[in-house]
Amino acid sequence: MTEAVRAPDGGLTAGASELKFRDPTRARELAGALEGVCEAIGRDRISVMHVCGSHEQSIAKYGLRTILPRRLDVIMGPGCPVCVTDVPEVDEAVVLAADGIRIATYGDMVRVPGTTRSLADAKAEGARIDVVYSAAQAVEIARGTDEEVVFFASGFETTAVATAAVILADPPSNFSVLSAHKYIPPVMEIVAEMPGTRVEGFLAAGHAATITGSSLFEPFVDRHGIPVVVAGFEPLDVLAGLLKLVELVRDGEPRVVNMYPRCVTAEGNRNAQERLWRVFRTVGGRWRGIAHVPNGNLRLRDEFAHVDARKRFRIEVQRLWSHAPSALTQMCICGDIMAGIASPSDCDLFGKECTPEAPVGACMVSNEGTCKIWQQYGGHPDL
Amino acid sequence: MEELVTLKHGAGGRAMRRLIEATLAAGFSEDGALEPESVGLAAMDDGAALRLGDRWLVVTTDSHVIHPVFFPGGDIGRLAVAGTVNDLAVMGAVEPMALTSAIIVEEGFRHADLARLQGSMRETCAEAGVTVVTGDTKVMGRGEIDGVVINTTGIGLTERVVPDCGLRPGDRLLVTGSIGDHGIALLARRHELDFEGELVSDVAPINRLIAAALEASVGGISAMKDPTRGGLASALHEMAEKSGVGITLHEPSIPVTPTVRSAAEMLGLDPLHIANEGKAIIGVRAERAEAVLAALRAHPLGREAAIVGACSAEHPGRVVLDTGLGRRLVSEVEGEPLPRIC
Repeated sequence: MTEAVRAPDGGLTAGASELKFRDPTRARELAGALEGVCEAIGRDRISVMHVCGSHEQSIAKYGLRTILPRRLDVIMGPGCPVCVTDVPEVDEAVVLAADGIRIATYGDMVRVPGTTRSLADAKAEGARIDVVYSAAQAVEIARGTDEEVVFFASGFETTAVATAAVILADPPSNFSVLSAHKYIPPVMEIVAEMPGTRVEGFLAAGHAATITGSSLFEPFVDRHGIPVVVAGFEPLDVLAGLLKLVELVRDGEPRVVNMYPRCVTAEGNRNAQERLWRVFRTVGGRWRGIAHVPNGNLRLRDEFAHVDARKRFRIEVQRLWSHAPSALTQMCICGDIMAGIASPSDCDLFGKECTPEAPVGACMVSNEGTCKIWQQYGGHPDL
Repeated sequence: MEELVTLKHGAGGRAMRRLIEATLAAGFSEDGALEPESVGLAAMDDGAALRLGDRWLVVTTDSHVIHPVFFPGGDIGRLAVAGTVNDLAVMGAVEPMALTSAIIVEEGFRHADLARLQGSMRETCAEAGVTVVTGDTKVMGRGEIDGVVINTTGIGLTERVVPDCGLRPGDRLLVTGSIGDHGIALLARRHELDFEGELVSDVAPINRLIAAALEASVGGISAMKDPTRGGLASALHEMAEKSGVGITLHEPSIPVTPTVRSAAEMLGLDPLHIANEGKAIIGVRAERAEAVLAALRAHPLGREAAIVGACSAEHPGRVVLDTGLGRRLVSEVEGEPLPRIC
């Protein structure tokens, strides 16, 4: 059974100010409670993982690591869709762009390095790249032109629903989708089964669960005996989610708890799920730096071949491979970082050869990448 | 692969500073042509300061490109005047002596729009108490330039140059008003986002506001900078690095209008990274901070002024943000601010 817990400040009240979820006094109370539970557990190190870049953003943006218990290790898992977009997927977009096809994509994707080039590099060489805020905006661009427009779509199931919606809404014939969408639940299995994993609990992403429902995680908990807490993104949501998670660890009671009931239900958004699975199917594929993830990629079903850029165009990525990837790329440990077995500070490139202005690995590119967040906000709590 | 200039080199962050230092400024400051204490290119300040008898001649130049040319709260004409007047002012030259204006126009640009820009420049000059004394006009073919580019150069005299590197441990940091207005208004207009409404650029000449602050400080102002491209974050990093101090900002004290705050949040942008065109950061000795704050608030352009942080000898070169919940480093922008995916 999924247990739904009211947010710590009774945030369900209509018209409740958003600031209630950022209240410093309550934050300190929650941090104090976390400290107490971690002490009760007694071990030197308690490791939990979140699988969402937005959680890392919230933790970093509000400086929460400086008030978390020292012994609590909150690992950022493979929760950044931009970071786990694999190099050949970026190459596909770069090749299309170089062939004169107009590419629309989310801002983060523009700077992700491919084998030899990013979309930003292609743009500097004359390719047409449009940054969009939504799939619908990409469709609008296509409506305003006769040119072929390819929407290079990234994101987890949350964002994939928006892509599915525009595909189902009869887009113009010059519009197609290059899907790099990914599906989170399978990669949690990978992390849980990884030899030497230290993860004792998962903080699941509230927005994805809004679509999929919190009950989605129940089979996972049954299989692996690891608790899952669904949490929102305001600082108090994150702290309350972590508190519930370490309580479950302390009590040795693996189950799913929904700490974001103001948005998430057990069954999720049926309508959105129906659209998602009508348009997409899961296929296995590589996540950058992680592994081959069975059922981890979302690809268009055959009946939507007419909007599938991979079917519409011959994308010859091999021609980018005449140059070997740089030696630096081979030293990048993004994969270990996303798997939670290494920290950015373990990487020889971090902050030296690899910086936000000149990223080597994808974790330094995206605003949701661990390396970039550490570089920007400081990973160490000693501020 | 051959290195090409990309948009990140113009975004006001570290990449831009490196391009300027490594390529554009290289060699100009090494020849000892400047008198001691002068401010030249090597200082990478808002302008130059040259000794002229017992006073200093401050010189600054800026090319203005903006899309769209007319935006909520202003236009490229107003921006071209205010930008240069403000660069002079934050170096201490609050009474600009004269401006020059060089305009490059694209074939097909409307006469009426040019007249409108000229009217706007004149109006802004009047606000600042300055005028344009010479200029240049070029026309380029369609597609060879985007609409119109305006370069302005300004000169002004001052008895005391205020650098951007003079912060000392213990100094307080003030901003003269709400931040992020210009950049967010532009982004909203450029991407036709729906929350326009009250989003208006803050573009304005603030030399008189700064004059009031300087007077109230009785010599207590140690550094100033206008947080344009790259926003408060880049300006503060530059000031911290050059001054060799650490800066701690108190986020709840930083004035941000509710509309800018929610628009920035929706776009996944940090108001600290967003450009301003009518604001200054002022570093002031602690004992004069309240007096300077009062003087700023007494001026119509400074009503929202606030003390937002302090300098220390710890963590030199770094900018730490106290969020009210915890602490973190402030990042600098790299590249154009791009909205996040989720």
